[in-house]
Amino acid sequence: MADLTRPYDVLVIGGGNAALCAAVTAREAGASVLLLESAPKAFRGGNSRHTRNFRGMHQAPTKVLTGSYLEDEYWDDLHRVTGGITDEPLARMTIRVSAEMTPWMEACGVRFQPALSGTLSLSRTNAFFLGGGKALLNAYYATAERLGVDILYDAEVTNLLLDDGFVRAAEFNHRGFPARATARCVVAAAGGFQANLDWMRQYWGDAVDNFVIRGTPYAKGRVLKTLLDQGVAPVGDPTQFHAVALDARSPQFDGGISTRLDSVPFSVVLNREGKRFYDEGEDVWPKRYAIWGRLIAQQPGQIAYSICDAKAFSLFMPSVYPAMKADTLGELAHKLGIDAGQVEQVVADYNRAVQPGRFDSTGLDACRTEGLDPPKTHWARRIDEPPFYGYPLRPGITFTYLGVKVNENARVLMADGKPSANLFASGEIMAGNILGRGYLAGFGMTIGTVFGRIAGREAARTARN
Amino acid sequence: MGDMPQPTEAMTDARHDMEICNACRYCEGFCAVFPAMQLHRAFTDGDLNYLANLCHGCQGCFYACQYAPPHPWGINVPQAFAALRVESYAEHAWPRPMARLFTRNGTVVSLLTALAVALVLLIAGALQSPDVMLRAHTGPGAFFAVISYRAMVWTAGAVFMFALLAMAMSTASFWRASGGGAPSAAALARALHDAMTLRNLGGGGDGCNYPGEGFSHLRRWLHHAMAYGFLLCFASTSVATIYHHALGLVAPYDLLSVPVLLGTIGGILMLIGTIGLLWLKILADPAPAARAVLGGEYAMLILLAAVAKTGLLLLVFRATPAMGWLLAVHLGFVLALFLAAPYSKFIHGLFRTAALIRSHVERRGSAA
Ligand SMILES: Cc1cc2nc3c(=O)[nH]c(=O)nc-3n(C[C@H](O)[C@H](O)[C@H](O)COP(=O)(O)OP(=O)(O)OC[C@H]3O[C@@H](n4cnc5c(N)ncnc54)[C@H](O)[C@@H]3O)c2cc1C
Ligand code: SF4
Ligand code: SF4
Repeated sequence: MADLTRPYDVLVIGGGNAALCAAVTAREAGASVLLLESAPKAFRGGNSRHTRNFRGMHQAPTKVLTGSYLEDEYWDDLHRVTGGITDEPLARMTIRVSAEMTPWMEACGVRFQPALSGTLSLSRTNAFFLGGGKALLNAYYATAERLGVDILYDAEVTNLLLDDGFVRAAEFNHRGFPARATARCVVAAAGGFQANLDWMRQYWGDAVDNFVIRGTPYAKGRVLKTLLDQGVAPVGDPTQFHAVALDARSPQFDGGISTRLDSVPFSVVLNREGKRFYDEGEDVWPKRYAIWGRLIAQQPGQIAYSICDAKAFSLFMPSVYPAMKADTLGELAHKLGIDAGQVEQVVADYNRAVQPGRFDSTGLDACRTEGLDPPKTHWARRIDEPPFYGYPLRPGITFTYLGVKVNENARVLMADGKPSANLFASGEIMAGNILGRGYLAGFGMTIGTVFGRIAGREAARTARN
Repeated sequence: MGDMPQPTEAMTDARHDMEICNACRYCEGFCAVFPAMQLHRAFTDGDLNYLANLCHGCQGCFYACQYAPPHPWGINVPQAFAALRVESYAEHAWPRPMARLFTRNGTVVSLLTALAVALVLLIAGALQSPDVMLRAHTGPGAFFAVISYRAMVWTAGAVFMFALLAMAMSTASFWRASGGGAPSAAALARALHDAMTLRNLGGGGDGCNYPGEGFSHLRRWLHHAMAYGFLLCFASTSVATIYHHALGLVAPYDLLSVPVLLGTIGGILMLIGTIGLLWLKILADPAPAARAVLGGEYAMLILLAAVAKTGLLLLVFRATPAMGWLLAVHLGFVLALFLAAPYSKFIHGLFRTAALIRSHVERRGSAA
């Protein structure tokens, strides 16, 4: 049982992957550890409970990864998606350490799908958790409990008392009652602030009411805010977030992976006014899905509609909500709630612009439009075979980029560049140091695991000296 | 459209779960259900019945699910499938009117058992003087002093043949409804291997999440003990039949004879298996369980345990005056088991194997 009357060696704030990696590592190093998770037990685990894989460097095939994925290729991939908004030494260190992670994860009870199994296209670069992120967290929580980490659920940290970069205590609400914990060292692993709509409203106005938050409702950024307010150095653009296109019927929070829609490359996408606004076939979907959230966020009413016909319908993953379906485009438009005449006109213009060509759903093909603005540069086939299918789309926010600055020991840096004496950070709350923009599948869990391990180790060491 | 039957609650739940799972697919490494599910975009009632019977109830996908209750989507695949399985047994019950035995199956199996035991006791009592029942008999033919061989063979044989026929008819009906066709030898062999090893209770390596969130192979081993114990007992009876008819050797047999050895080992394994499984069931986390079907599951386990236990007791006390009524009670339980088999949890083995065959047939189809 947690004992709040004594100081712990290490206090870990958060209950996702980054927090658990830090807590288990610190406990393994002999520190006494208290972990405060804002969510109740049933919803523990933050965004990490919605994840599926981990991107790991490896020299040769392993049990869970095929081929090899070396530092330079990994770095090139990261450099490309971030457009250089990264920190090369920190990034390269993360990449190198990622190579040592999977055996430790397995020792904690995390189980992976065997490489080459299932429908996985990323099996060279990414190791897939058997059962997904919640199964991974169940394993970490079981390990933490077995090792004697004290865990409090329903414990939202509201304030950290900082004194010249030194954390004196943490104030939190435990099941609605104010409480206080003290520790020699603190690891902040409380995720991003994407679930704090009022904070996001500062940058996006009332558009946020039309955003879907893909993950946990508990990522409200209170820890991030209290740190930035007390002179910790920020990193990352506060206005930016990672977003994908999702089914507009998704719940506002916690819809997770299954609400995403892969229909875009095989459809035309119209905004509320019935106009196309971007090339739906610009590139293969895994390279494009992440820009569509932003694109839709910029449309009037933050909504869009993807429309395809019978021959395209089976080419993408089944959706969590059934597609709207109709025998004519007019009727479909009516069901979607957009102007029927406009939809018929746009699809007719599009159909006329479609050029003959070889169709290939699995790669960049030769089906494109001619003389259309914006063009559709791949997978452009006439939409003429009923029934017609449509989905309403909204931006689904994955995470925010704003975070706290850290050094290679996961130690938090103050605005004047000085490292904090006893404050560390891991996971989403510091990911902006390395991933300032864009996204690389599986890299969120890599950052959380690598920095969680480092933060846990350094916090334990600092506390016990 | 007016005559479309309303889908049952279990069917609706299973469809809801599979539609979300099919958009998620995180659990694809646990068992055969998810790869089979992925071959569909929409799910007919037949597809869902098939998937439900393919599910071994390992509970892995319940604890791993980010949409499990209290998430508003409330995904609970093992629970939905357990309820749907029992509906599928009823739907394919033969003869048709017997379908209603699957509602309140626990009560049905218990009543049937009580009746069967009482019946055998009554018949034995009526046909023989009380004196016969309460005296010790030894030597060849001793059992038949209590119940005549003819009565035993004819009753047991008739009930057994009927049970076999009923189970074959139900399984064939289930097979046809899930797609029919003739499976290849390879698919058959793979499915039998999966069924005999309970591969899908392996949860991808560390066993299933039963009785709770932790991983364990215990249920798999206990089920093996029970199932293989049952088969050994069955083999014992078969050998005894051959002894009797072909070799003219009349029971009871020596302690070291083949039928007694098979029966003893089988009985002990069955007892360990059934009692172990009952114990796990009592401990089990209720969250992923389907409450409505638990009664039938308990009843069948208890019946199997009773068959094993009375069989073993009969062996121990066969030279004492207790033999008479012990034999009658044992035969009563065996009779109940045969009577109940087509209309109880017992049928799951056949439906499960049929579903496994289908999954291997389909997987080969999709690989081409
Ligand atoms: C649908 C979805 C799928 C994803 N898939 C992948 C993937 O496959 N691979 C990958 O690498 N990344 C994936 N990501 C990104 C990934 O989720 C994150 O990068 C990663 O989970 C971050 O881990 P974390 O521990 O830092 O944050 P989180 O897992 O979000 O954990 C934050 C924790 O802090 C707690 N908390 C918040 N505020 C407080 C407070 N004030 N006091 C106490 N506790 C607090 C929260 O309750 C939560 O437990 C996905 C994200 C989403 C939304
Ligand atoms: S059980 Fe849950 S996690 Fe598993 S595939 Fe279904 S929806 Fe996904
Ligand atoms: S309970 Fe187990 S066997 Fe059944 S579908 Fe889930 S993982 Fe598969």
